[in-house]
Amino acid sequence: MNSNQQIKKKLNSILPFVQKPGRYVGGEYNRVKKDWDSVRSHVALVFPDIYDLGLPNLGVMILYEEINKRPDALCERAYLPWLDMEKAMRENEIPLYSLESKTPLSQFDLIGFTLPYETLYTNVLNALDLAGIPLHASERVENHPIIIAGGHAAYNPEPMASFIDAFVIGEGEEVIHEIIDLLQRAKEHGTTRAETLQSLQALPGLYVPSLYNPSYHPDGTFESLTPLTKEFPTSVSKRFCGTLPPPPTRFLVPSIDVVHNRIAMEIMRGCTRGCRFCHAGMVNRPVREQPVATIISAIEEALANTGYEEIALLSLSSSDYTQIGSLVDEITRRFKDRNLTISLPSLRIESFSVELMEKLKGVRQGGFTLAPEAASDRMRNRINKPIQAEQLLATAREIYLRGWNTLKLYFMIGQPGETMEDVQAIADLSKAVIVEGRKTIGKRANLHVGVSTFVPKPHTPFQWASLDPLAVVLEKQNLLKDQLRGPGLKMTWSNPRETILEAALSRGDRNLSKVIETAWRNGAKFDAWQDQFNFNIWMDAFEAHHLSPDFYASRPRSMEEAFPWDHIHTGVARKFLQREYLRSLEGTLTDDCRDGCHACGILTEFSDLRRANPSELWLCPEVN
Amino acid sequence: MQRIRLIYSKGDELKFTGNLDMMKVWERTFRRAGLRIVYSQGFHPQPKIHQALPLPLGFTSEHDMLDFWLDSEENLAQIQSKLEKALQPGITVQEYQIVPPEIKPLQTLVLSAMYLIQIDPANDPPDLASRIEALLDQSECLRERRGKPYDLRPLIESLEINCEDPTKMSMTLAARPSATGRPEEVLDELEISLQDVEIKRTRIILSE
Repeated sequence: MNSNQQIKKKLNSILPFVQKPGRYVGGEYNRVKKDWDSVRSHVALVFPDIYDLGLPNLGVMILYEEINKRPDALCERAYLPWLDMEKAMRENEIPLYSLESKTPLSQFDLIGFTLPYETLYTNVLNALDLAGIPLHASERVENHPIIIAGGHAAYNPEPMASFIDAFVIGEGEEVIHEIIDLLQRAKEHGTTRAETLQSLQALPGLYVPSLYNPSYHPDGTFESLTPLTKEFPTSVSKRFCGTLPPPPTRFLVPSIDVVHNRIAMEIMRGCTRGCRFCHAGMVNRPVREQPVATIISAIEEALANTGYEEIALLSLSSSDYTQIGSLVDEITRRFKDRNLTISLPSLRIESFSVELMEKLKGVRQGGFTLAPEAASDRMRNRINKPIQAEQLLATAREIYLRGWNTLKLYFMIGQPGETMEDVQAIADLSKAVIVEGRKTIGKRANLHVGVSTFVPKPHTPFQWASLDPLAVVLEKQNLLKDQLRGPGLKMTWSNPRETILEAALSRGDRNLSKVIETAWRNGAKFDAWQDQFNFNIWMDAFEAHHLSPDFYASRPRSMEEAFPWDHIHTGVARKFLQREYLRSLEGTLTDDCRDGCHACGILTEFSDLRRANPSELWLCPEVN
Repeated sequence: MQRIRLIYSKGDELKFTGNLDMMKVWERTFRRAGLRIVYSQGFHPQPKIHQALPLPLGFTSEHDMLDFWLDSEENLAQIQSKLEKALQPGITVQEYQIVPPEIKPLQTLVLSAMYLIQIDPANDPPDLASRIEALLDQSECLRERRGKPYDLRPLIESLEINCEDPTKMSMTLAARPSATGRPEEVLDELEISLQDVEIKRTRIILSE
C-alpha cells in the first residue's frame, strides 16, 4: 500500500534524476487542494499524454473548475509520465498519483479520461496499469473507481469499449454533476457496481458499453448493437449546453514551460460551414456564441487570476463569430499597452481577416495561418469549402504587405474523388502564393505548406469514403515534396502510416479493443509522438487477432452499411450526412446554414432544448 | 520608477522550476498582483526582474533575492498586500525593501552563499568528519566541471557538520560571478551521493 506520504518520499529520491521533473510535482497557481476527508466525491481527471501537453487542455480546465466549485467534491489531475519517469515509477513501485495530493489514482471514486484523439488509446491502458486498476471494465470490482471517458474520439466509443465503464458523449459541463450526484447516492445506499453502471446508462448522454452486445455479419462487417435488456435505450444522444456556460477564468498557471502558456478563451462552439470532411464541424453542432460582454469580462478576470501574457480566442471558425468586429475592437481598446499577445486562429481567407489580425497584432507577432484544404474548384466543391484562388492570392498579398513574413497554408490530400491533377493544383497554388509574396516583400517572404492526409471520420458526410491506399498517399506526397521546394518554401506532411492507424482506430468496432491491448502489451504508447510511433507493433497486433487496418480504413462502403457508431447520435442525422455525401459526389455545394437551415437534424433531435433556450446566441432557427 | 528588493524562500513546490521558468513565474506573479513592472524597450520587451543568484534544480532556498522595477510609486505595505495573494505556491516573501535604483545590479553584489545539506540518515557516512577535515586540510582541490579544470578549495569558505545532528552539514561557498562554488561538487569530493541528500540554500551574502 502506498500512502501519499510514501509517494512523496519516493518522489523526492527519484525526481532529481528524471528529465523535466517539474512535470510531476503539481503546485500550479490556481490548483485546488481540498481536504480529502471534507468531501464526499473524489474525482481524478486524466489527460493521457505528458503534462506539457495536457496541462493547457481546455476540456480538463473546464471540468476541473466545474467540479471544484462543488463543496462536496474535489477534483485532482494526473498526466502520463514520460518514458524515463515511467521506468522509475515502476522500479520504485509508485502508482500513478494525482498531482494535488499525491493520492494513488485507485483511491478516487471516479476517474475521467479525456480522449481528444485516437492515438492516445494505448496511453489510457498504460495509465490504468500504472494506477494498478484492472484494464478491463469486466475485471473491476466494488471498490475500484468508475472509469469514464469523453472527448471527440468518444463519439465512436467502440474501440475502447472493453476498458471504459461509461462514455460521456458530448459536452461535459452539465452531465458531470449528474454523474457525481448519482455516484454519491450510490455510495450512500451501498449500491453494487453493476447497479451503479445501469443507473449511469439511464443518464442522458451516457453509454455503458458492457450493457450492449455487438453482432457481426459473416464477412466481419458490423451488423448491430443490442442492449442486454429492453430497459436500455437503443441509441445515445450527445449532451450539449443550450446556452454556453460562462468560460473558466481560473486557468492553471504551471511553474514550468508547457506547450501553451495562455488563457484559452472559447468565443463560440460549433460551426455552420459544413465542410464535409470535418468531424469537429459536425459533432459540435449547433453553433452557440458567447456574448462579447461575457468574453471581455472573462478575459479581464482571467488576466487578473493568472498573470498570463497571452490570450487565444478559440473557435472552429473565428470569422463566423457574429460580433467578431466589435469583439476585436473592444479587446484592442481594453487590452493594448499591457504587453499581451492575442491570437485569433481559424480565420476565413479574405482581407477582412488580415484587418482583424492587424488590430490584434501586439509586439510579438507570429505567422499567419490559413486553411484552404483544397486547391482545385472541383475538390473545393466536393469538400464544401469554396474559396477562389484569386481570393487566396489577394489575401496572401495583403498578409505579406501588412508585415507578416511567414504565411502557413494547410491542405489536405486524399479527400474522396481526388486525382493527381487536384494534387498538382496544390503545388501550383502554393507556388503562386510564394511568387506573390516575393513580388510583395522580396526575399523575406516565406511560405510554409502543411499537408495532412484525409481520414474518413465517423459522423461526417465522408464516413462512407475510404482512406487512400498507402501507395497512393505516398505518390501524392512525393509529387508535392518534389515541387514544393526552393527559396522561402517549406513543406511538412503527416506520416502516412500514422494516418492508417488513426483511420482504423477512429472507424473501429469493438474488436479493436483486443488490438489496442495487444499493441500496448507489446510496447505501443505515445503513438501520437512521431519518434515513439511504431507501425510494426500495430500491424502485428492487428494480425494477431486476424484483423486488418485496411478493413476499417480503406474498404469501400455501401450506403447501407451499418456503422459501429450508429447508436451514438450527434444530432446530425445519418440521412443528412448521406445527402451531403451524395451532393459531394455530384460536386454540389451546400451553403452555410446561417443563410438557411438545411435540416441537419439538430432541431429535430433537440427541439425541447431549443425551446428551453430561445436565445439568439444559439444560431439555429427557433422551433415552435 | 521604483526599485524593490524581495527576500523570499522557494519551497518544495518550486524545487524543479529552473531559473528561466522562475522568471516567467515572477512575471506572471507581478501581473496577477497588478503591479506594473518596467519592461525593456525593443522588439521583445522583457520585464525588468533581476535574480541574485540562480538556484540549481532540485534545491530549495530559504533566502533568495530579486530586484524588480516598478512603473509606479507605491509604498511597501501596498506592494506587500497586492503581492501576497498572487504568489506562486512555494514562494514566501520574508522582506520587502526599497533600494536606490542606481546601485549596482543585484547579481554583481553577491559574494557567497550558504547551504544546508540534509543527509539521509540511512546513508550517512560514519567518517564524514574526517573526510571534511581532509578536504579542508588540502591547499588545493583540482577538479573538472564541464571539461574545464578549476580549483574547488579556495571556493569553500566554510564546511562543517552540525554538532547536534551529524546528518546535517552546512557550507559557505564563494558565489562571485567569476568564482562560484557548487555544493554538488563539494558533496562529490566528499563521496556523498546526490541521491542521499536534500540541499537547501540558507543565505545569500551581499557586499555592501
